Amino acid sequence: MKVRFILNNREVEVDVDPREILLDTLRYRFGLKSVKRGCERGECGTCTVLINDKPVYSCMVLTVQVEGQRITTVEGLVNDDLFKKIIVSFAEKGAIQCGFCTPGFILTAYALYRIKDKPSIEDILKALEGNLCRCTGYKKIVDALTSIRS
Amino acid sequence: MFYVLPRFNYYRPNSLDEVLKLINELENYKILAGGTDLLIDMRIKRYTPRNIVDINRINELQYIREDNEYIRIGSLTRLQDIIESNIIREKLPLLYNAVYNMASWQIRNRATIGGNLCNASPAADTAPPLMVYNAKLVVSSINGSREISILDFFKGPRETDLRNNELLVEIKIPKPHIHGYSYRKIGRRNAFTLSIVAIATYVEIENNIFRDVRIALNSVAPKPVRAWSVEEYLKNKRIDREEIYKASELVVKDISPISDVRASADYRRKLSIILIRETLFEASKITG
Repeated sequence: MKVRFILNNREVEVDVDPREILLDTLRYRFGLKSVKRGCERGECGTCTVLINDKPVYSCMVLTVQVEGQRITTVEGLVNDDLFKKIIVSFAEKGAIQCGFCTPGFILTAYALYRIKDKPSIEDILKALEGNLCRCTGYKKIVDALTSIRS
Repeated sequence: MFYVLPRFNYYRPNSLDEVLKLINELENYKILAGGTDLLIDMRIKRYTPRNIVDINRINELQYIREDNEYIRIGSLTRLQDIIESNIIREKLPLLYNAVYNMASWQIRNRATIGGNLCNASPAADTAPPLMVYNAKLVVSSINGSREISILDFFKGPRETDLRNNELLVEIKIPKPHIHGYSYRKIGRRNAFTLSIVAIATYVEIENNIFRDVRIALNSVAPKPVRAWSVEEYLKNKRIDREEIYKASELVVKDISPISDVRASADYRRKLSIILIRETLFEASKITG
């Protein structure tokens, strides 16, 4: 089945079986390895992508469902100022250890800052509840995100 | 692909009429709304439907509206849209609280209220608030529409009163009178967790007397339940600490919990009693 969508600001078309999930399409057909395979059951957040600017788990979406939608991964944000601010802050605060969860956290944080300039700590914690990190204990991730509030 | 979904025929109708025609003809189908339960259940082979009917194009099923008598929620309304709605936050605080505590942002952006109800998990978190609000569910087929009280909708774990050719289209909630309320959800962690027990408590009080008491719980029976025995005991009684204690013990008549990976039956029974007390105290604004 042919599916057309916008991937990182570029129009793309793929021909997929209806049972193919977006996670696999992004990793195998487009080589976007920032989209991590974690639990594949909507519990870990490491496969997070943005669909029309909203964070969703790409393991829970069929590729045929994104016809006409706009998909964003971190690869599509490298020239974005807000994105740069977030990754610099992650680096400065040491909010990364193994890095496996990082693209998911960055996208969720990016989506939050797109809709709220000055999120409260509660807003930040609430937004991040669907991203798990097994290394940092979240403190540094939250520090990285609170320090860029302005 | 580590987990591969079973093969299926994919249908993507563009209107409600088309959906109703399709599901009238198809056998062995599943409706794909948010997909956050269905796709996982297909991956673990709980369901292997031959046909998938994707209703995500049916925008006419996404709305939150208010008229004189009812608040109406389209079945395809996303959970995130529910907690971002002022109508829901102001008029249906128990539903707001329940949905706010469901899953995660990523899931709430996809998952729908209709999907949560039709999946009919004993742990469905939208059920307890809708059950204390006495919500009605509007279901449609090519033959027309009918209304089912949410109190009659759940038949057992993952079983509902829906017929094969029917689609849930609207959740219709009578506007509540002035009331006290309290919601609690206990899980294994605070955020992004399945309920061990969730409870919605609603009270109407007049001159220090319980005029109406409605309590619903999930995860303590094969389907979400009302605590009828507790409600009956308290109705028209004075608000009193001792009476609330007595009433709370009666909940064991209304529930039949099992032991599972999340908690034991005994723990759930004790928790239900304690939560009934706590929520009644909070809803009636007295301290335990």
